[in-house]
Amino acid sequence: MTTMRERFYTMTADALEQDENVWAVFADIGVAEMRPHPRLVNVGIREQLLIGVAAGLSLEGKRAVAHSYAPFLVERPWEQIKLDLNHNDASAILVSNGASYDASRSGRTHQAPEDVALLAALPDWRIEVPGHPEEFERAYARALRSDDRVYIRTTEEENHAAVRGDGLVVLRDGSPLVVAVGPTLSPVLEATAGLDVGVAYLTTVRPFPHAAFAELDDVILVEPYLAGTSSHEVTKAIGHRPHRLLALGIENPELRKYGTPEQHRAAHGLDARGIRAALAAV
Amino acid sequence: MELLERLTGDEKHDWSAHSTYDVLNVLYERVLQDGDRFLLSKGHGPQAYYAVLAAQGLLPVEELDTFGEFDSRLGYHPDRVVLPAAELSSGSLGHGLPIAVGMALVGRRVFVLVGDGELDEGSNWEAVQFAGRRCLSTLTTVVVDNASDSYGWPIGSAADRSEVYRPGGGGFADAAPSQGGIARRFDLEGWDAVTVDGRDRDALENALTRESLAPRCIVAEVRR
Repeated sequence: MTTMRERFYTMTADALEQDENVWAVFADIGVAEMRPHPRLVNVGIREQLLIGVAAGLSLEGKRAVAHSYAPFLVERPWEQIKLDLNHNDASAILVSNGASYDASRSGRTHQAPEDVALLAALPDWRIEVPGHPEEFERAYARALRSDDRVYIRTTEEENHAAVRGDGLVVLRDGSPLVVAVGPTLSPVLEATAGLDVGVAYLTTVRPFPHAAFAELDDVILVEPYLAGTSSHEVTKAIGHRPHRLLALGIENPELRKYGTPEQHRAAHGLDARGIRAALAAV
Repeated sequence: MELLERLTGDEKHDWSAHSTYDVLNVLYERVLQDGDRFLLSKGHGPQAYYAVLAAQGLLPVEELDTFGEFDSRLGYHPDRVVLPAAELSSGSLGHGLPIAVGMALVGRRVFVLVGDGELDEGSNWEAVQFAGRRCLSTLTTVVVDNASDSYGWPIGSAADRSEVYRPGGGGFADAAPSQGGIARRFDLEGWDAVTVDGRDRDALENALTRESLAPRCIVAEVRR
């Protein structure tokens, strides 16, 4: 099975061949994975330019895809995303790799668990957090067909199987409802086996599907990035009446550990054992 | 100039506005053609820009009197979404040139105006380096050098600079105008760079209309 990242390169190469309106803008990272193409632009290690160029292409009516490691795609040029794209009413598809701790051995500089929170602070972004390569393919194909501002967060973590369906997909009825976002689904399913709880799955976290939460009383949100990133969205949906909300995710982005992604997942309490312990505590 | 005087309230940026006045007039009266783009990257002090747009009939003259008001389309920094005649929403420095690079990549003839102080922003130099190496010949940057930069754009060795640098006293700017330092930096990055008198409209027109195989930089020096 190919990874999300590998599928991104394949689909981008195909899009460049098939749609003359598509431009890909890279900043060294990933260029070696691509065949040369006149509309594949490598700006070098210049991430502010990466976003500026994408905005300029968009203002010329082109569909720009910008790609780099999450911290260099979202954190370093955040003001360019805010102004060059949002404020200038331009759009682009931003596709990151690295997610929260895929680069576990590389340390904090290559980790960006704040990425979704940063983009969610800006209006009118569709934020996709696929948990399986097939889900990535659907999200990216949809983004290429649209003119929206879209952020797609690829990761090397994968669920055991893809889930079909848009919005909040309820896999098992029950209350509280444990909502697994993207690659947290497999550990959530393992953690909730035999428990009297519901399980649902979500990959498109912005715009948030408020209506799907409207009738819920108890929600346990499991996000693979900064804990609480979507808490206020849940509150918008059910805050008008008594409810309970537990938000699991990364509490300590300054972990200062190396090792494997699995070790990081466990350290953040996002493996099956950690999720089950959090459920037992409530 | 009469139109420019109608825009009041942002007097701290009067110098910023006045220093761009001749460049903007030359661009809109003599240089820009259908299909060209102009990006005011230096969004500070846009009074001259609004006045020129009004003079060109791209903006009702009476609208100049609304400058900075709540419902006005004319803010202290331009917003292209509310003012379609403006081709860039700007104000935060260092954004126009990278966006212009994206436009030039598709072959668009694009002119972008930056300030000498704005060139402190590192994002400009990402764009300058890339545009020079990619020979983006449809891209023109006009640097209005009104000696706003805190440290100037000196040329020569560090030892030379130590003779004019005054720690805590305005840096290089008071003592040394750019003296070609800005053009030298663009030239090193593969641009076709010249320095002209920013008040000499014929000189500006000549610089802005000459052909080049490289991206062009016109440093328009303006002194009080």
